[in-house]
Amino acid sequence: MLWKTADYAGWGRALTATGEIARPERRRVLDALLKDGLVPAIGMRRSYGDAALNDGGRVIDMTRLDRMLGFDPTTGVLDVEAGARVGEIAAAFAPKGWLPAVMPGTGFATVGGCIGQDVHGKNHHHAGSFCEHVVSLTLLTANGPVEVSREKTPDLFRATAGGLGQTGVIVSARLRLLPCKGDVMVVTERRVEGWDEFLALLDASEATYTVGWIDATATGAALGRGILEEGETGSGLVPKRVNNRKVPFDAPKFALAGPVVRAFNAAYYRRVPATGRTVVKPISDFFFPLDKIHDWNRLYGKRGFHQFQCVVPLASAPALRDMLEEIAGSGLASPLAVLKRMGPGQAGFLSFPMEGYTLAVDFPNRAEARELIRRLETLSVDAGGRLYFAKDSLARGTDVPAMYPDLAAWQAEVAKADPDGALITDLVRRLSLRSAA
Amino acid sequence: MNSTWIILGATSAMARAFARAVSANGAAVLLAGRDKDDLAALAADCALRGARLAEAVEFDARKPKGFAALIARMEAEEGELNAAVFVGSMPEQAAIDADPSLIDGVVTDSYTGPARFLQMLAPVMEARGGGTVVGVGSVAGDRGRIGNYVYGSAKAGFATYLSGLRNRLTRAGGHVVTVKPGFVDTAMTWGLPGMFLVAAPEAVAGDILKAVRKRRNTIYTPFFWRYIMLIIRHIPEPIFKKMKI
Repeated sequence: MLWKTADYAGWGRALTATGEIARPERRRVLDALLKDGLVPAIGMRRSYGDAALNDGGRVIDMTRLDRMLGFDPTTGVLDVEAGARVGEIAAAFAPKGWLPAVMPGTGFATVGGCIGQDVHGKNHHHAGSFCEHVVSLTLLTANGPVEVSREKTPDLFRATAGGLGQTGVIVSARLRLLPCKGDVMVVTERRVEGWDEFLALLDASEATYTVGWIDATATGAALGRGILEEGETGSGLVPKRVNNRKVPFDAPKFALAGPVVRAFNAAYYRRVPATGRTVVKPISDFFFPLDKIHDWNRLYGKRGFHQFQCVVPLASAPALRDMLEEIAGSGLASPLAVLKRMGPGQAGFLSFPMEGYTLAVDFPNRAEARELIRRLETLSVDAGGRLYFAKDSLARGTDVPAMYPDLAAWQAEVAKADPDGALITDLVRRLSLRSAA
Repeated sequence: MNSTWIILGATSAMARAFARAVSANGAAVLLAGRDKDDLAALAADCALRGARLAEAVEFDARKPKGFAALIARMEAEEGELNAAVFVGSMPEQAAIDADPSLIDGVVTDSYTGPARFLQMLAPVMEARGGGTVVGVGSVAGDRGRIGNYVYGSAKAGFATYLSGLRNRLTRAGGHVVTVKPGFVDTAMTWGLPGMFLVAAPEAVAGDILKAVRKRRNTIYTPFFWRYIMLIIRHIPEPIFKKMKI
């Protein structure tokens, strides 16, 4: 059977869809499926909200078109199918001294998804966004297959990078990998006692990879405390990891209740000695810490969760502090909260990154959390910042033009590549992205 | 070790996972099938995952004329020669009811085609004094059921063939592993009703590789299918014939 009807969800599991899914295992089958018109393509559905959903319509699951097609060691360019997972590429290439230049927080993200969201990693302040390392890509549009590159089709490239799959079905891409020293990470972890110190350390960090875990439940003088992790690739031996774990069922509500999270965070903070430490770990443990626990999204129970992620310009740091204060005061946050400094690098009209600070916090799907996220959205826009489409599940379309000044340019390109709106997904519909002005 | 695997039906999801697994161990892989473009993509992938050599070769279970060339290609490789058979076809039983001549194709794809190939390969393996044949059958071959008994009977024939081949190759230091997968998450089972405990192709490939290493004779994958089939095989025929499972 080519099409099967299924219920599916984004990673946050708060938003769901029902519709037909096809999962071609060969290029020939994909071409046949798209012969009568385009269909939105999805990958591992690691976007938290509805970027990979098409309720009532069809989607094509690209995860079986996942082959590495060629590699040129002189240029470091890898030709790879869109369904390949970033973590698989890293595992195959790190021992040979190469890594994907940009890796998001989960190795399960596909190449196609990373392009569609122009994702960033822990090295954004140096390396920029994912699509800045895309040399070219093969796109199936309403006008047939197109070879898209910055040089030949600059506008279509900018509309496709971070373009939420609205310009066509990404079939394969040429990625420029970065040389690395080996397949282990040397990571320095240190405690950060509060907000001001956190920003100062992020500003001063010269490490290739930098990321901050923040205790989003700490208030008062401890507001903004957390752990700063700075990493470099290296070579050496680390013990091989034992089997991954799996969350076997939906956790009950109390699993992430306020007191539990506060206790967990306090323990997690003290895990790192007061004087800091340097540890050596497998690259996957540093880049994809949560991938070890399969289906960790089930910890939030069957109602799922939302992630709020915004970026604000450097000068708006005080506004971000206010947001954190509101989050900490609400008692709703989960242990998963990340603070990072971003560089200016981005490749598309709708790319999320901008020079500034980005904060990401998970919340269980409850009415108070939804209200809080709405307030945070307003604060982000007022601070000259923006929300991340890969994470969002609650935003209003009215704020989008203010957050994304190149929206009109994106709309113009998308209208050419997919005039019939065949590629519209739930996210694009919810935020009226293709028509908002 | 200097080993070479020919993988028949290499475009299937299970075969792809198996090809990747042996590639990661540095084997040479000859990827045999009909869709040349797809095989070329897989060959590139296997080479980048560590295969000593990865090559797409043409194999059609219904065109035995091409078999000799494949055997010759294998003989050109030094060291241990191995074969893994993933071919087979399963038209809907209703389609076969409407056109009984389809049976010939099912039997050729699932049994006589690969058996003929292995029969030509056996003396070469004997001469080399080792090597392993992996034959992928199906739990459907354990008992004829109303839903797919033509496919099941072909797989049953293939399983009996593999048992005999094992008897033969063992004497020359070789080995045969019979693999009986239950429900695996592939294009063949996508969207079929009544699927449960569906296994990932990567898990099945891991099980097969382990069975090769340990020289197991017959494996069910995932393992619990051994018990499911144990029960199904022991249902008395007077009852079984009235059941629809």
